[in-house]
Amino acid sequence: MRKVLMGNHALSYGATLSRVQVIAAYPITPQTQVVELLSEIVADGKLKAKFIRVESEHSAMAACIGASAAGARAFTATSAQGLALMHEMLHWAVGARTPIVLGNINRAMAPPWTIWTEQNDSLSQRDTGWMQVYCQNNQEVLDSVIQAYKVSERVLLPTMIVLDAFVLSHTYEVVDIPEQEKVDEYLPPYNPPYKLDPDEPHAFGGLTGPDGYFELRYIIEKAMEESREVWRETGKEFGEVFGREYGLTEEYKTGDAEFLIVASATIASTARVAVDVMREKGKKVGLLRIRVIRPFPFDEVRECLKGRKKVLVIDRNVSFGFGGIFYQEVKSAMYNEEHRPPIFGIITGLGGRDVRVEDIMEMVEDVERREKPEDIIWKGVRV
Amino acid sequence: MRLPLPEREVMTPGHLACQGCGAALTMRLALKALGPRTVLSIPACCWSVIDGPFPHSTVNVPLFHTAFETAASTASGIRAAFEILGKEDVNVVAWAGDGGTYDIGIQALSGAAERNDNIIYICYDNEAYMNTGIQRSAATPLGAWTTTTPVKHPKSEPKKDMVSILAAHRIPYIATATIAYPEDLVRKLERAKETKGTKFILILSPCPPGWKTRPEDTVKLSRLAVQSRVFPLLEIENGEKWILNMNIKKPVPVVEYLKLQGRFRHLKEEDIQRIQEYVDKEWERILKRCGLA
Repeated sequence: MRKVLMGNHALSYGATLSRVQVIAAYPITPQTQVVELLSEIVADGKLKAKFIRVESEHSAMAACIGASAAGARAFTATSAQGLALMHEMLHWAVGARTPIVLGNINRAMAPPWTIWTEQNDSLSQRDTGWMQVYCQNNQEVLDSVIQAYKVSERVLLPTMIVLDAFVLSHTYEVVDIPEQEKVDEYLPPYNPPYKLDPDEPHAFGGLTGPDGYFELRYIIEKAMEESREVWRETGKEFGEVFGREYGLTEEYKTGDAEFLIVASATIASTARVAVDVMREKGKKVGLLRIRVIRPFPFDEVRECLKGRKKVLVIDRNVSFGFGGIFYQEVKSAMYNEEHRPPIFGIITGLGGRDVRVEDIMEMVEDVERREKPEDIIWKGVRV
Repeated sequence: MRLPLPEREVMTPGHLACQGCGAALTMRLALKALGPRTVLSIPACCWSVIDGPFPHSTVNVPLFHTAFETAASTASGIRAAFEILGKEDVNVVAWAGDGGTYDIGIQALSGAAERNDNIIYICYDNEAYMNTGIQRSAATPLGAWTTTTPVKHPKSEPKKDMVSILAAHRIPYIATATIAYPEDLVRKLERAKETKGTKFILILSPCPPGWKTRPEDTVKLSRLAVQSRVFPLLEIENGEKWILNMNIKKPVPVVEYLKLQGRFRHLKEEDIQRIQEYVDKEWERILKRCGLA
């Protein structure tokens, strides 16, 4: 069934189709519609789930962890300050190996108060051990929730589904809503190997010294590495069942491209249009969209960047004192490669400043003029 | 003959508590009452250590170690999962110390209580951050020494009135208990088990290293706390009906309770008088709320 949905409702539909059993959430702009619709769906009895209206995001994540540890499929959604408040429990969800799925609407951090899009909230959680998927449209938002449960429950790591504030969260697009039977076929019920069960009592997360903790971190990294293939495999299977295939990355007109743009989220959608316009003018430009940044798609990025004349990474985020975060990740992935192209990084669109097709074309022209990359190049900042 | 306490032992030997630990005895009695179909959500507190290091556990029921401020919210999540999975016969228990209850965990506890989530919240109250080395908490009583309220500046504020705060949430059942009256403690937990909604049980748990007391005095101190009116044994139904379980007509002077504890050794006569006056005033307030004044 095709429906016109806002990005936030695409998250709600994704969670509903995934038959989540416990939802714990706290309201924050621009996430509210996600949980408003879910609370209605649960109240109407259309989804057999418990909705816990917690008093903070910290408690939302704690409740999701408790529910997941007890054997239920758990979901929450948040944004910016809420995600930051969850930080301690994001680590807990990973250490406890609870495969929760969280929808995060990318919103810039305060102060000053703001509600518009930027990736610093979720990228600040990059090292917690959550898998992170950056979506480019509302269809991908819905589909990614379903795929995320499949991957998360296989490798026992949680996933964050990330979408841009307003540009996706409040924008209506046509979304194909898969049939429940097909989703059920794709996503089996959650059945964790270990859970809180009085018939088989275990203590979870007890005091562990230097002789044991190290190995527990090692197996989390191994699970993260294993998840790469699971993302690829389940993304392919998603294509077979639903007709839409997903990878860790997505390439657009990269075949003969000499100049490669690397971008994520909705900036990648805009860049796709820019590529078409520049191609018409005879420029050999292509686009690599990074969809999943954790686990980092080393193979896809290395393979795609190999042999290009110039690469431009666009970041809607900044690691103060270093630069764009996707930029540093792509650069470091290429450092030990034999044929590494010059890689340029541009920071733009912070705090939701609009990034238009012509802006991306100007960035490409700017980089074409440059001989050597710099640590940080800004685009659109009025100083 | 019916034994006043359940014969069964759920908790097994091998715990890591200090000698004379009130919190260890509290768990043993609580699990006798609650039985094996119980799940514990335990935040940072002495019990994060007492249960034993990974992979050992002494409680013999599922135990989820969680973050300091999340005993209640984690328990709410566990309860929601069990409800949706059809496991209604399990007691979901948040088991926290005073720091995790009076201070850092009060927000999550208030949230769960306001929603009336079907959990039993048990606070074993040793009146300071004992696991980190005896620092002041909001549960530390007036005049007590801790490492952050040194002898020259002992705690100048009385203990936070957690029971009244919970009563203001109108939850169905609140009780206070001590290990000196185990039949009373077990009865209250059995009642909590039978009651739907949020239950809050406050159990005084003497701590020999933190209170500077002799391990063999733990039960005696628990009894003296009740007999001196420092720790009244109460039940509160729906936040409205207050019941005094033991009306202490001839109280032991508070000094008898204080003098066994090194944490009060620095107190001068006038300080003790001030504490006695405070206890008397609080007792009057309790009598009024119980309709006994």
